[in-house]
Amino acid sequence: MNIHEYQAKAVLAQYGVAVPQGKVAFTVEEAVANARELGGQGVVKAQIHAGGRGKAGGVKLARSLAEVEQHARELLGKTLVTHQTGPEGKVVKRLLIEQLTAIQKEYYIGVVVDRSAGRVVMMASAEGGMEIEEVAAQHPEKIFRETIDPAVGLLPYQARNLAFAMEIPAPLVNKAVRFMQGLYQCFVEKDCSIAEINPLVTTADGEVLALDAKLNFDDNALYRHPDILELRDLDEEDPKEIEASKFGLSYIALDGNIGCMVNGAGLAMATMDTIKYYGGEPANFLDVGGGASEEKVTEAFKIILSDPKVRGILVNIFGGIMKCDVIANGVVAAARQVGLDKPLVVRLEGTNVELGKKILNESGLQIVAADSLADAAQRIVSLV
Amino acid sequence: MSILVNKNTRVITQGITGSQGLFHTRQAIEYGTNVVGGVTPGKGGTTVEGVPVFNTVEQAVRETGANASVIYVPPAFAADAIMEAVDAGVDLVICITEGIPVLDMVKVKRFMEGRRSRLIGPNCPGVITPGECKIGIMPGYIHTPGKVGVVSRSGTLTYEAVYQLTVRGIGQSTAVGIGGDPVKGTEFIDVLKMFNEDPETEAVIMIGEIGGTAEEQAAEWIRQHMKKPVVGFVAGATAPPGRRMGHAGAIISGGSGTAASKIAKMQECGIRVAPTPSEMGSTLYAVLEERGLLARCKVKA
Repeated sequence: MNIHEYQAKAVLAQYGVAVPQGKVAFTVEEAVANARELGGQGVVKAQIHAGGRGKAGGVKLARSLAEVEQHARELLGKTLVTHQTGPEGKVVKRLLIEQLTAIQKEYYIGVVVDRSAGRVVMMASAEGGMEIEEVAAQHPEKIFRETIDPAVGLLPYQARNLAFAMEIPAPLVNKAVRFMQGLYQCFVEKDCSIAEINPLVTTADGEVLALDAKLNFDDNALYRHPDILELRDLDEEDPKEIEASKFGLSYIALDGNIGCMVNGAGLAMATMDTIKYYGGEPANFLDVGGGASEEKVTEAFKIILSDPKVRGILVNIFGGIMKCDVIANGVVAAARQVGLDKPLVVRLEGTNVELGKKILNESGLQIVAADSLADAAQRIVSLV
Repeated sequence: MSILVNKNTRVITQGITGSQGLFHTRQAIEYGTNVVGGVTPGKGGTTVEGVPVFNTVEQAVRETGANASVIYVPPAFAADAIMEAVDAGVDLVICITEGIPVLDMVKVKRFMEGRRSRLIGPNCPGVITPGECKIGIMPGYIHTPGKVGVVSRSGTLTYEAVYQLTVRGIGQSTAVGIGGDPVKGTEFIDVLKMFNEDPETEAVIMIGEIGGTAEEQAAEWIRQHMKKPVVGFVAGATAPPGRRMGHAGAIISGGSGTAASKIAKMQECGIRVAPTPSEMGSTLYAVLEERGLLARCKVKA
């Protein structure tokens, strides 16, 4: 799960991570009031769940309240298109009004889980403000890493190693160490999947601050963080994906016209790949999971059909825990409820496959049966 | 022969009285797996499916001599269940549970350092040596005893591969699902090493997916060490970057972990990659034919 920059800064501040003073605004009036508290000027920052806001014109300096008002009026309701939003962009509904910072130098700090080590890793670089992927690709020697032992956490010497490696001025190293330790503590206590401070800045008055902050959280751990779950902004998510998550379905909207319903994430991806291989375009990724009920299958079907782009559906089930007759009953019930008027290709294999095929055959619905994944993909591509 | 499990493996189920644990324990017993007991805290002293239930893994191991454990407990308690089994000295711990927080697994990996247990999973279908021992949630009937090893990050794609082999008369030595989570007990290379050393495995199918660099590392290992032919597949060529595709581990981040880069590396290392998931079986069949291994791998009718 993602949260906004202003929320991330508030969470980090709980761990003693220094952030600039600032406050969220939902209206122009709030933006002006917030700026007044900051002494009549500030930075107006669009709050959307995507990076690259600065380049897209989503971050503006304001030297007076009139400028704050002008920028807030312009940004609220505007659709920002950044390299992470996709061409459709995202509508700005919240602004962060933040104090102006006298930046001396920009740095980068990130925390992630290193899969191959099975450990949390803190990364640091003096190339702040840049896309870290670009730095990693072109100058891997400019990124410094410390692998953290979960039994003892980020040790002060490790934080010092990073601070000196990225050439934080010596008088500020202790502040940088406290910053990094707070960041690590936040990462593990809140079950983050990514914590990224880009840029971290040193200021003219000797502070070490998170000028921007991005926190992503491990969805599997949200059950133990009700405070984080409250920060979820449904406006930033696809309504179909929200509906799917209510039923424990894993759904991701894509651009094509062939709706897919599959069990298992790997098979679901492989099904999309096969559709594309035969010249079609998948409309979605949808994993109904292992232990789906008839009701869940029906809901999955409705969600697929609520996408107006969908012109045909492919159901691909290899039943292990999932029994084919349950899927078949769900498909039949859903098709009846919504009055299915689009081509439907079904491929069933695995537990109770014969029973499942019988249910589909006797339903009286127009269902095209397929023998294999390739066969199913070719049939649906030819039908849409 | 086979790897990891065989007819002598003595299995306990952790979470045996839950609906998943109960269902799959019954299926395993029907398949012929030597299930010797189960664990559910507070249900010790009872009997389920004809096997004794214990309060702790330590007790279960002491009383039954179990050397493998399969875990079906809910995600919030699964990391604890794994560490309990590891501390009890169980050789092989297989965790089926999906949805364990990643940082719980970071602790588990640290806990396991210096201990002798091997963990498979979490978030995996389990391990099966056809005709001998089925531990996990895979449908037993699609498997056939034989000489091709299968290793995969994805559950249902493993079934797909196994089924494609079986219908072509190619049996399997052992099929191992290593799981779709980013931090897990066993990686491709661990399983490839075992297949390489198993005299009864003649060839291997390796099924990867987007995210991470495990496929690339495995491909490099294969180039340097593997004596047997390997056929590969990578799911997720059409996945959009930055989105988690169901599995916590299946995400393309910062331009790395794409299917295209994995496939290129695998091909460079001499692995024949199936162009679509429907062609995993036929691709392996063709490789066996070219290498003159088909007669040895075909199951006698």
